[in-house]
Amino acid sequence: MRILNLFKVAYRSLNRNKLRSFLTMLGIIIGVASVIAMLAIGEGSNQNIKASIASLGTNTIMIYPGANFQGGVRAGASSIQTIKLEDAEAIATRCDLVSHVSPVDQKRVQAIYGSENWGTSCLGVKNDYFTIRSLTIEKGSGFTTSDDRAAAKVCVVGITVVLNLFGDENADPVGQIIRINSIPVKIIGVLSKMGQNTFGQDQDDIIIAPFSTVQKRMMSSTTYVNSILASGISEDQINDAVDEISSLLREKHKLAPSDDNDFTVRTQSDISNIFGTISKVMTILLASIASISLLVGGIGIMNIMLVSVTERTREIGIRMAIGAKGRDVLIQFMIESIVISFVGGLIGIALGITVSELVAKFGGWPVVITLSSVLLSFLFSAVVGLFFGWYPARKAAALNPIDALRYE
Amino acid sequence: MADSENLITVKDLTKTYRTGDIEVHALSAVTLNINKGEFVAIMGASGSGKSTFMNILGCLDSPTSGEYLMEGMDILSRDKNKLAELRNNKFGFIFQSFNILPRTSAQENVELPLLYNNKVKANERKEKAFNALKSVGLADRVNSMPNQLSGGQQQRVAIARALVNDPMVIMADEPTGNLDSRTSYEIMEIFQKLNDKGITIVMVTHEPDIAQFAKSNIVFKDGKIIANNPVKERKNATEELKKIAALTAEKATT
Repeated sequence: MRILNLFKVAYRSLNRNKLRSFLTMLGIIIGVASVIAMLAIGEGSNQNIKASIASLGTNTIMIYPGANFQGGVRAGASSIQTIKLEDAEAIATRCDLVSHVSPVDQKRVQAIYGSENWGTSCLGVKNDYFTIRSLTIEKGSGFTTSDDRAAAKVCVVGITVVLNLFGDENADPVGQIIRINSIPVKIIGVLSKMGQNTFGQDQDDIIIAPFSTVQKRMMSSTTYVNSILASGISEDQINDAVDEISSLLREKHKLAPSDDNDFTVRTQSDISNIFGTISKVMTILLASIASISLLVGGIGIMNIMLVSVTERTREIGIRMAIGAKGRDVLIQFMIESIVISFVGGLIGIALGITVSELVAKFGGWPVVITLSSVLLSFLFSAVVGLFFGWYPARKAAALNPIDALRYE
Repeated sequence: MADSENLITVKDLTKTYRTGDIEVHALSAVTLNINKGEFVAIMGASGSGKSTFMNILGCLDSPTSGEYLMEGMDILSRDKNKLAELRNNKFGFIFQSFNILPRTSAQENVELPLLYNNKVKANERKEKAFNALKSVGLADRVNSMPNQLSGGQQQRVAIARALVNDPMVIMADEPTGNLDSRTSYEIMEIFQKLNDKGITIVMVTHEPDIAQFAKSNIVFKDGKIIANNPVKERKNATEELKKIAALTAEKATT
């Protein structure tokens, strides 16, 4: 009965001062909405980076020749040739933790079709390469192991190559013969479009041919290879797979225990870790900006609450003169604060989500709204609103009625 | 008979304000009896302690020392919540500056004390508030906001609010201080009618002609009562209003 009356009192008071109630709410609305939107944008770009790294395959292992070392001068990676085709074969047969292996020879080539020519890179790989990189053929077909054994003059091409040689992305080049460094090669398939990778490199600007075709017809050496690409049997055991490959290669290259590796083994997860660190830094940055805005929002709520209750000291005096107990006044202000905080918080959540969606729609920025950001901002604002509604009201309610009445 | 009539008894009531090292004696050892059905006007210059005295009688303020009995009950030993109940049930307050809530209709202003009274049911509230407004002649202004009402009407809303819980005593602090003389007489008319119904009225005023409507006058000076006399030629507000009406009519015709 009594509490119902107080609800009525609080409702009338809020309704009577619509502008003040709204302005008080505004602090909460903006605080909650900005935090939700900011965290949503931050989390969205974070997940975007993670997803694009994951698309490279976290399971991939790359083996490069090591650095040249002559007279104290160390050149960069791949400056010498130390990796042989037989290393790749040995990894395939002897490493249990490796599922697919392909030697990779890469060469800058000039491709010519009719009157068009285009500089691109040509990869010589085994069939496993397609599996490791998750490449798919859109038109035509891939090459077979017998093509590789016969060093057949066939290739599959990326969409950028098609565009530049045939003038149209949708042209069907399957069956056409192009010349790669003057060697006529038949196009038997077109790769599905991959777009740019995380680093902005066009992954469609490529020609892929059987390994022996490239090695025997285009490369100067038939013993050494540029690199080896492999994949582990599972992501969890990728580090063990790296160790396995390293010890095998050390054995095959007859390195003494005191010698450095003459090769480098790298995994995609190394790269992914670097980006993980970057995105973590970015998340911390955004979170600190968000917490500042939350704090500022909180101070706004605090100020308005303090002022609006202080301004109403006289009203509190009137209420006490006609029989309101200190407790009644407190409960009334608590109800008002709760209503303002909750309604403001809910509007803030709605606004925050709307703003995030608008950013996603018109800014083309990925957003992910997390439950924790919604709860955090809502709770913080509500607690600040409640406390600073309650604290001055308690002070006023503790006054002698006559002091509250005379308050100017 | 004398004992049953006795409503308020104060003994050696003292109130001291302390401002730094200086002590101000707002009240020094005030002793007084007020009987049921009295209409007391408390007079005195500014700072004489009359308002402080009334605020203590109305349980809005507490004295530094002394005794205060109402119907034989000790008031000063009661806690804040009990005093709030007392203000709600037994007293009605009327202030110089009206003190009604802004942007709140007359009806809702008058309902306010009922919202703090557990004994009044929700469905009785509207009717009680309406009856109180009707008794002060504002039946047609129930939904008016304070800024749509004249000073006299606002004071009548305050009186209706004071009456709505059927109080024993009405405490009025300079009720006519912000009103012109005609409106003041109208308020006094209401007071005299209420007093005729048996409600005790304690009114602070500094206007001698307003004090003439009361049954007795108490004069304060420097925190002490220096005079307590019954009013010899008590004015009747209804008649005074008739005189004024006659005068204005006369002026209009000449």
